[in-house]
Order: sequence, then structure tokens, then C-alpha cells
Amino acid sequence: MNIFDIIGPVMIGPSSSHTAGAVRLGRVANKLIDNRPLKRVEITLSGSFAQTYKGHGTDRALMAGIMGYHSYSPEIRDALDIARSRGIDYAFSKENIKGAHPNTARIRYYIADGAEGTVEGASVGGGNILVSRIDGMEVRFTGENHTIIVMHRDKPGVIASVTQMMHFEYADLNISSFSLSREAKGGNAIMTIEVDSQPPEDLMAKIRKIGHVTNAILVRRL
Amino acid sequence: MLKYESVSELVEAAEARRIAISQLVLEDQAAALETSQLETFERMEIDLQVMVRSVAMGAKKDQRSMSGLTGGESWLMAEYMQKTAGGLSGSFLGGAMARALAVAGCNASMGRIVAAPTAGSCGILPGCLVAMMEDRHVPEKDVVMAMFTAGAFGMVIANRASIAGAQGGCQAECGSAAAMAAAALTELGGGTPAQCADACAIAIASQMGLVCDPVAGLVEIPCIKRNVSGVMVAFSSADMALAGIRSKIPADECLDAMREVGDALPASLKETAGGGLAATPTGRRLRDQVFGVEG
Repeated sequence: MNIFDIIGPVMIGPSSSHTAGAVRLGRVANKLIDNRPLKRVEITLSGSFAQTYKGHGTDRALMAGIMGYHSYSPEIRDALDIARSRGIDYAFSKENIKGAHPNTARIRYYIADGAEGTVEGASVGGGNILVSRIDGMEVRFTGENHTIIVMHRDKPGVIASVTQMMHFEYADLNISSFSLSREAKGGNAIMTIEVDSQPPEDLMAKIRKIGHVTNAILVRRL
Repeated sequence: MLKYESVSELVEAAEARRIAISQLVLEDQAAALETSQLETFERMEIDLQVMVRSVAMGAKKDQRSMSGLTGGESWLMAEYMQKTAGGLSGSFLGGAMARALAVAGCNASMGRIVAAPTAGSCGILPGCLVAMMEDRHVPEKDVVMAMFTAGAFGMVIANRASIAGAQGGCQAECGSAAAMAAAALTELGGGTPAQCADACAIAIASQMGLVCDPVAGLVEIPCIKRNVSGVMVAFSSADMALAGIRSKIPADECLDAMREVGDALPASLKETAGGGLAATPTGRRLRDQVFGVEG
């Protein structure tokens, strides 16, 4: 903790959990979408999110994050209008996601070329989030640390290639947490790698070039 | 490096070097953030500038919250203060109250604010400090420095008690903000580090046990008005400390008590909208009005 965690962050109100945290959840989807043209977004809200999203602007906050805005961007207030003007179709629905944290949202996005994906996570207080699923696969990261998400095919040596490359290219980049989740043996898999310091900008591009890696994204610390 | 685990640590370190807590903390935080004192100062200056803009946005007559439950309170207060030449509390405190209402209203209408320490309590520090700067003509530089004192006390409160309503009730949000502001005001008023600690302790003691009971779960009722109470507690606590009135219970012990009280509060009084004002007949009706009966 430093002094700007107390006097700060600068954010759009009214709620760190229901507004700022929601923007940040949306931003995880934005990183996965990675500038591809977005066609449609379906957002499922669960628990407290479902009950109170309108009064907290949670719907606008999620859309703002999906479009790449930050928790301090004044555009959050007008995010639904901005989405419409960009030709992004959106729909909100309520569902009781079993066993989920009270402030949970599931974001399903559709890219113009037919690709699609999902992110599920919760806003757990103070603007902090816990991402629990990406494309249906279990992940677990909070955004309290810099987090690298590597989507890949489940093949021998991929993990070693990724971590070895991280170490040889950036010797002082230290991994604080690592987890792996996969659909099935040889199928789609996800590495969740939390690191202690901010990774260099070009690291994601380098990881994407490793064999069997389909995507690598960086979710910066809150 | 400072640990920010006790108020006594801050007071002793500042007194040993015969410097203000703000200077001590600026130096320490610049080192902790691995940057210069100038950059650290400028980062805080930006926070103050955001606070000034939040005041301007929330002071408008047509300010309305997203839910429609609240709006225009700052304008009403400013109008009344002007018409009555200071109402009962006087123009200066009236101006501070109006600014706290403005920032809390800005937050409720999805405007930009500085969480200080939280969004729900974001009006207290600017209510106090922007009033000191604009109405008492305290130099901006001094106000920015006082924010380091406020932040230092906030870090100790976060480490020793809590700054989250869901964990410690409203005493942890508006209570913490008032204690931070009280310490900052005391420094601006020429107080010693020990007097800053007294002001913090008095403010914490004044709001011990305050519950978090937001109607409909929204950061509006009673949060917006509790920002005003926080401003008044901050000024009265700072004035008591500056007058030489000591807190009989040391600040650190007040914070330990605040933590215990927060732990003892039932879940219904910790941001769940299950008790207190949220559970009153009118509180429930307002909830249904905003979210529909199914909510």
C-alpha cells in the first residue's frame, strides 16, 4: 500500500465495487478482444450486480471497460450511447450464477469475423476484481498484481518455452503465481502468470510468437 | 521506511527530526515509490485539482444522482448560506459543507472524484481542504502537503482498523475520512505532530460505531449527508486539538477499538443494505422505487 491507494484512485463514481471494479472487469474483455472489431456483447449479471446495476451505473461501467476506457474516464457515463454510435450491439440479462460471488458478471463478446469469447469475474470490493473464467476455462487472478494470460494448445514444452523466454529476455521479471487450466488433454489451455513488476511492453508480442501459443495478454495491476 | 502501523510511529519520527508529518511522509513515499519528491508532490497536486473540479461539477443546481433519489443539495446549501449570511454555522463552515455535498453528489451522478479513502466518503477531504484553500486563502502548496498527512493517517487506519464499509461499517469510511481530514487541518492550523494525532483520535472517537446502512445499497442515502457530518467532525476535532485539548485515549488505541467495534457489527450494518436506515419502511420503499419490487 502507498499513499495514493488512500488518497486515490481518481475514479468515476459512485461505487468502487459496482462502478470502478466493473470497468476493470470490462477491461479484461477489452484486452482479449485486442482491437478486433466488436459486433455484439451479451452481459449476464448475477447477485448484487443484477439487483442494483442501474443505480450504480454498472452496465455503463462494464461497457466502458469493454471499449477500453479506464475507471477514471468521464466517458463511462455515456458508455451505452458510445457503444451504439460505434455499432456495438449489447444486451444485459440477469441470472443467478451458482456459487458465484455476489458481484459477478459474465461477458460474452462476438467479433465481426465470427470469433467469440467469454470472461467471467467478480468485483470483490475497493475496485478489486477476481477473474474466474476465460472462455469457460477456470482462471484465478485478482488484478492486484500484473497478470499475464497465455492462451495456448496443451502441448509438452509450451510452459517451459514461455517461462524460459520470460527469464532469458527479462531476468528481473519474477513470477509470483502460476496456474494452468485446460479444456482437455491436447486442447485449449490457459496459463495465468502473475508477476511482481510491470512486464515490458514487447513481452506479449514475443510470447505470442512461441509455438502453440494463440494469444497473450497483459492485465496491469489496478 | 515507515511502516504505517501506528500513529505513534509517525509522531515520534516527525518530532525526532523536528519536521511536519507531511514532510516526513513525502520523503518516505517518494522513496517507497522509487521516484522524486517533486514527482510525488505533483501526483498529489493532480488529486487536489480533481477535487476542485468535482466540487464545481457537484455544485450545479441541476445535479442529480443516477438513481434520481438525490440531487442539488450543494446548491441548496450554498444558496441558503448566501441568503442568510452564513446560516447558523457561519459562511466558512457553510462553504465547507456545500463543497462536501458537491463532491458526494458528483460521485452519485457518475462524475469524477478522488476516493479519499473511498468513493462513499469522497466529499470530506475536499470539503475541508478546498474550503481552506479558497476561502481561507491557504496556499495550494500547503494544502497538497497536508494531503500527505491525511494519507499517512489513512494508511495507519487501513493497516490497524479498516477503510471499507463492508468490513468496518461507516466509521471505517466517513469516520476514517474525517480523522484524516482532522489531522490535515491541524497541520494547516499550525499544530504539532502530536496535536495531529490528537485530532485523529478525537475524530475516530466521535464516530465510533457508525454503521453502513445505504438505502437500496446505493452510495447516496445517508452517505451524502454523512460526508457533511464528517466535515464538521474534522473541523471540531482539529480545533479541539489546536486548543490544546488532548485525547485521553491515544490514537492507536482508538483505532484498535474501532477495529473491534467494526468486527462486532452484524453483517446487516456493513454495506449489505440489510439494516439501519436501509431497512426502514421508507428505505425499503425507495429501494422498490429505484429497482422495482422484485429487487
